[in-house]
Amino acid sequence: MSSIWIVRDYEKCSGCRRCELACSIHHEGWMWPEASRVRVFMPFPGVEVPHLCAQCDDYPCVDSCPVNALSVDEKTTAVLVDGQKCTGCGACIKACPGAVPFIHPRDNKAIICDLCGGEPECVKVCHEAGYNALRLVKERMSENRKLFARNPVEVAKRLAVKMFGEKGEEVIL
Amino acid sequence: MPGGYAGKYLEVDLNREKIKDVTFSSEILEQYFGGRGLAAKILWDRIGEKWDKVDPLGPENIFLALTGPMTGIYPGGRICCSGKSPLSNGTVGSTASTEFAHELKTAGYDGVIVTGKANSPVYIMVTDASGEIRDANHLWGQMGEETIKVMNKEVREELAERKPDIGLWKEPGMIYIGPAGENLVRNAAVMTKLSHAAGYGGYGSVMGSKNLKAIVAKGRGPLPEVDAPEAVKALWRRAHRYLIRQDSFRRRGTGYGGWLFAATMSSEPVRNWQEEWHDERGFSGPMFETEFWVKKYWADFNCTMSCMKVSCIKSGRWKGDITDNPDYELQAYCGANLGIFDPADNIHLSALIDNLGHSGIGGANTMGFAAELYQRGILTEEDLGFKLEWGDAEAFDRLARLIASRQGIGDILAEGTYRAARKISELKGVDCLQYAVQVKGIEVGAHGTRSDDDFIAHDISYAVNVQGGDHTSTATDGYNELSGSVFSDSAVICNFCRTPQSLIFDFAKAITGFPITIERWRQLNGPRIVTLQRALLLLGGPDVTWTPVKDDENPPRFYKPLPTGPSKGKTTDHELVKRKRLAYFETLGWDEQGVPKIETLEKLDLKPLVPSMKRLRG
Repeated sequence: MSSIWIVRDYEKCSGCRRCELACSIHHEGWMWPEASRVRVFMPFPGVEVPHLCAQCDDYPCVDSCPVNALSVDEKTTAVLVDGQKCTGCGACIKACPGAVPFIHPRDNKAIICDLCGGEPECVKVCHEAGYNALRLVKERMSENRKLFARNPVEVAKRLAVKMFGEKGEEVIL
Repeated sequence: MPGGYAGKYLEVDLNREKIKDVTFSSEILEQYFGGRGLAAKILWDRIGEKWDKVDPLGPENIFLALTGPMTGIYPGGRICCSGKSPLSNGTVGSTASTEFAHELKTAGYDGVIVTGKANSPVYIMVTDASGEIRDANHLWGQMGEETIKVMNKEVREELAERKPDIGLWKEPGMIYIGPAGENLVRNAAVMTKLSHAAGYGGYGSVMGSKNLKAIVAKGRGPLPEVDAPEAVKALWRRAHRYLIRQDSFRRRGTGYGGWLFAATMSSEPVRNWQEEWHDERGFSGPMFETEFWVKKYWADFNCTMSCMKVSCIKSGRWKGDITDNPDYELQAYCGANLGIFDPADNIHLSALIDNLGHSGIGGANTMGFAAELYQRGILTEEDLGFKLEWGDAEAFDRLARLIASRQGIGDILAEGTYRAARKISELKGVDCLQYAVQVKGIEVGAHGTRSDDDFIAHDISYAVNVQGGDHTSTATDGYNELSGSVFSDSAVICNFCRTPQSLIFDFAKAITGFPITIERWRQLNGPRIVTLQRALLLLGGPDVTWTPVKDDENPPRFYKPLPTGPSKGKTTDHELVKRKRLAYFETLGWDEQGVPKIETLEKLDLKPLVPSMKRLRG
């Protein structure tokens, strides 16, 4: 199965969070960082981690949903949330190895990146600014994707060591 | 409610541990906007006639952390800190780029107003629900880095405990102080993000005087509604497209300035401004970039300029130091100004001063001043406890720690350059003010006036500036700067996210719906703000009151001829300063002493100031 996917290169993330703004403008009609499908965590200044769905090949979130609110978009392989069915129970958050989904601050439904139907807004603005921390690739499904479904604080701890050397071991508690 | 405002301000009375929401009328918001302008208005309304009696480091002062209507929406959101300044005894709108600003707005607040003094160290936490006062005993005494580490974890976990089922919580945005602020070092900064500072004005010590270690905010709501959302979205894209084209500045920030500004403009402080030129190529941009920059494009929320670069020293005696570029100001002040031309030493001292929560400009200006006194034999090894030679990073490391903890000679130097100069003059019987490079108590930014080649500083830039030595908002002609930095510090947006002024004002109009124009800001809003600031500056007190004209001057050093470099022999033209000063006063409707005239106060809706200005005029 061929699909599109957002590659993330954490070291290139400037922390501008324009991905959050572009995403929320697209999905919510207005700038709303905490309703953005991609959220940039900064557990220590300079160490920024864009956190978004990695589309694991076995989709544990979809399996976990007690009301079958989640499905896989055949065209893009993104996870789609059926807002009518979702009860906001949080089972998908627990099932996700990276705790990526979260509950919308107003609607109380789970939100997960839907790849904007194939042309993700976050990727466009990141590319426009020349950072390319988020890039779109077309590829076959792969079990490697799950490696990117990780807790952002854990990712940041590794990244901090890469950036700061030994000092990086102690900057994030 | 006009667009761009969350609609309320959080007022925290630390005396009574009381928290409430306050609002301001649309009329006041249209007149003063936010940030710097609104801060001056709030301070005058609340302190008023007793201004000259209020100790800036006493519980009756007010600490303000305000956004503006454009904050978070226009590229480059900042927070504006203010209060009665312990340096100038007037007010400064002191801004810093930080996620704290949009977190505050998305939590539903446009700002925080802090009064009184807590009995023991506290921090204020702002969420969608409201604000709360929390214990900060475990944070008191901690350096900036430790404060960030502990708070990020503590607040994230606390919020997750309160709402466990909604998914991961991000870290909060925060402003905080280091040991320098806690110990009431007058020019201590309000810090954020390890190396970002609201440095001018000394508001770190105002927070310290209130036992306030930090304010943290985490919002989950949208940014405030705006008057014309479709226009704002289009302008937002246009502004970013404009910024993204600024290749050179995005690539280097000001981090190439340490050599460049000295060598090409002769306007960089070298050994406490004894010179303003050097040609130390080992101190040039690539020396920093290739060895120390670990992130070459670092930005704050909604900014594509990314003029910040993360620096880290990974080996050697300063191993483990992390800071931004350093930017030009800190390359100059924690470098050339101390006779230091080694990038690693410069990064170390920049990181140390940030970590101590001291101002990288103000604190390092005071250190350079002390080193010159040592050079001249006015301060001795006995006074200091060690030798203080130019270029000795270990010695300046010691001095910075002494100042931040107010130990030994540090206790005097912690009063800031101006007050320390007065005290040492008294102790030693020598005029030290001639070596103090400050204007109205505020240490001058790293841009000299003598060569006249600097892109910021000329003749009256600091001399008549209502914010003294502040290089981020200099005086030009009492007209042009009012729609520039006076506006952006009140809208609370970043001066480095600069797009054409017409675009910025279209943006402001689309956000707020106010009938805002450049001309109006130059003739009405801007004059109102700087006239109010001027009045408060002249009221001053209680420890120092400025004498109009006499104190509307450059530091004495700026009239000595430059001793080295291509601009050797050049100096600031005193006659020109006198002429332009008078023209500046006239343009703003102030009398020849720079005291706002009655008709000016009436025109600008500042009538309540009339009695005190009459008194000033004698």
